[in-house]
Amino acid sequence: MFGLNQKDTRFLLIVIALTMFTPIILQPFPEGSAMAQFNAGYPDLMQRFAIFGIFAIGFNILFGLTGYLSFGHAAFLGVGSYSTVWMFKLLSYNVLPGLILAVITSALFALLIGYISLRRSGIYFSILTLAFAQMSFNLAFSVLTPITNGETGLQVYSNDPQYLMGENSLATTHFFGMAMSESWVLPVGGWEFTFNFGYYFSAVIAVLAFYLSLRIFRSPFGMMLRAIKSNQQRLNYTGLNARPYTLAAFVISGMYAGLAGGLMASMDPLAGAERMQWTASGAVVLMTILGGAGTLMGPVLGAGFIKYFENIFSKINENVLRSWFSILPDGLEDFLVTIVQPFVGKGWNLTLGLMFMAVVIFLPGGLVELGQRIGRLFKRKPADDKDSSAAVKPAE
Amino acid sequence: MDVIILQILNGLDKGSAYALIALGLTLIFGTLGVVNFAHGALFMIGAFCAVTLQKVLNLSTETLDETKLDFLGNPLKIQTPYVETWFGPEIGQMIIEWSVPLAILVAIPVMILIGFIMERGLIKHFYARPHADQILVTFGLAIVLQEIIKYFFGANPIQTPAPDAFRGSLDFGLLIGFDANAIIYPYWRLVYFLFSLVIIGGVFAFLQFTTFGMVVRAGMADRETVGLLGINIDKRFTIMFGIAAAVAGLAGVMYGPILAPNYHMGMDFLVLSFVVVVVGGMGSLPGAVLAGFLLGILQSFASMNEVKSVIPGIDQVIIYLIAIVVLLVRPRGLMGHKGVMEE
Repeated sequence: MFGLNQKDTRFLLIVIALTMFTPIILQPFPEGSAMAQFNAGYPDLMQRFAIFGIFAIGFNILFGLTGYLSFGHAAFLGVGSYSTVWMFKLLSYNVLPGLILAVITSALFALLIGYISLRRSGIYFSILTLAFAQMSFNLAFSVLTPITNGETGLQVYSNDPQYLMGENSLATTHFFGMAMSESWVLPVGGWEFTFNFGYYFSAVIAVLAFYLSLRIFRSPFGMMLRAIKSNQQRLNYTGLNARPYTLAAFVISGMYAGLAGGLMASMDPLAGAERMQWTASGAVVLMTILGGAGTLMGPVLGAGFIKYFENIFSKINENVLRSWFSILPDGLEDFLVTIVQPFVGKGWNLTLGLMFMAVVIFLPGGLVELGQRIGRLFKRKPADDKDSSAAVKPAE
Repeated sequence: MDVIILQILNGLDKGSAYALIALGLTLIFGTLGVVNFAHGALFMIGAFCAVTLQKVLNLSTETLDETKLDFLGNPLKIQTPYVETWFGPEIGQMIIEWSVPLAILVAIPVMILIGFIMERGLIKHFYARPHADQILVTFGLAIVLQEIIKYFFGANPIQTPAPDAFRGSLDFGLLIGFDANAIIYPYWRLVYFLFSLVIIGGVFAFLQFTTFGMVVRAGMADRETVGLLGINIDKRFTIMFGIAAAVAGLAGVMYGPILAPNYHMGMDFLVLSFVVVVVGGMGSLPGAVLAGFLLGILQSFASMNEVKSVIPGIDQVIIYLIAIVVLLVRPRGLMGHKGVMEE
């Protein structure tokens, strides 16, 4: 189905089911219970799951397949956001023109940056993309202020033209009349499930993005990109020019980033230069590596994992910790609170950094590899044999 | 003419910082072949050595002075730092005032130790892994170091003033025959520039004129052969990592009075330092120093109002533009050698 083999179709259907039921899955604890703070089923967070999922899927097409480590992908995210907000300012709050423009501008931008950066590989490529992103960030902050509104960030004002705004058009971001912020709350027993249109809109786009990346992974084009990763020199000796392929991959992943940026602006009609900063580029690298670069599901898992724990960890403060450890003796309670406190709340980035280092050191395949290893523990010998035969390296 | 000299001088202090960080980066890259994204964090830790020393020196005993009242009518509290009680008020006050230069003495052992721990504990395991993995793990380390500093010192910049003796400005124009007030240059920036020259000279002299340095240079040229000659090159490279960390740390210590240390200053400088290394040529020590000063000075020229009015925004992007042009026209960098990082 959908041009996929049976295994991939099943995989895709599982992904679709998971995304559609996310508002229920992420709400496992009843309202008002002590564990309710670990629920993640509220619109804002779910939208971020979907949007950063798209961002990471796109980054993975470049890094996972070709091995080119870009440290400047946030530039495309920012360009996408700015284009979308400009469409809001000029036309109306309908997100469709904005998203289309976001994809087009980020593609053009990626074409320009990719054309120059891809002339070098390895560390030089990383530094070139980093330099480009940092340059865009600096420009957005200073000279381009008429376009980007500098430090304040771009937003829609009441005196903007908005030529397509009709009499009864919505004054918030919408998709043909369906407001992004609209939610239906479904109370079931002690549980409360929130179904948000913005989430489902991003989720549908995320599933489409995922499907496209699945097709790319399975296509001859994807095979070519993998060949570039494993040995570019040998590819050149066979008479193939690798650059058009890497450039195509770069532009595609830039378009994904632009789309994610556009969606971000669609959920909240704001765009700021800080979205282009290189720490934002670092974030998508973290997501992809943490989940598992080069795998289909990894980047999405990584994005979800980081956004979820960012949200949960940031909420834990000293009082919450004290209430957890209150059954312990006083001395031990104080000790544990002192030990744990630097890692939660504002210290979430510390935990993230440590986790990231641990993943790079011990689990280069990310969470997906972790899952595979655990799965292998429960399996019998034959599975091991199959894996080891697949892992044999080609003769050099 | 005086404007040009002024801009060159203005570029020197930033250029010195770039050159020092880039020198350390190149040392690590040239010896161990590792791309160290945590090098900016080492610069930042150096600056926080000065902050820590300043805090330690300011530890005080509190006494109540019954004769005077504060604005609430309570007896006035008088803070007396321990150093003042131990060495007497005058010498104590001077020690506190000179905390930034004194921090150099603290920073050298601390930074070398941190360098050793980093190399033996983490980076050693990444020699055989691809460059992308090295970038990623040091990037993670940079985040961790940055967050640890943020936890202990908070997110706000902390002032570390220079000693009073260096607080004013030098009327440089008078010295070389221009009008008074034409070229004004703060003393501390001059100190920083001279300091960086001493450090750079020291590192080069160490590599050029000592047996140890000779072995290290031989190892940079051909690690395998040096190893086959029965020399423990790994040990020497570890020491070089410690020295590179110390160079970054010292650059940070002395930069405190120019820019109040904050936890993300390392990252800000790191991006530029990488650009500097690339422009200078990967693995070339003189290239790193030259490019550091060159870019610092060019940046200060680009931030002149006359230039900015012709090409708006050029001051923000000049360094990156130069890097892009250099990488495309002369991929090896200004002074890069053949065969270094050319895959």
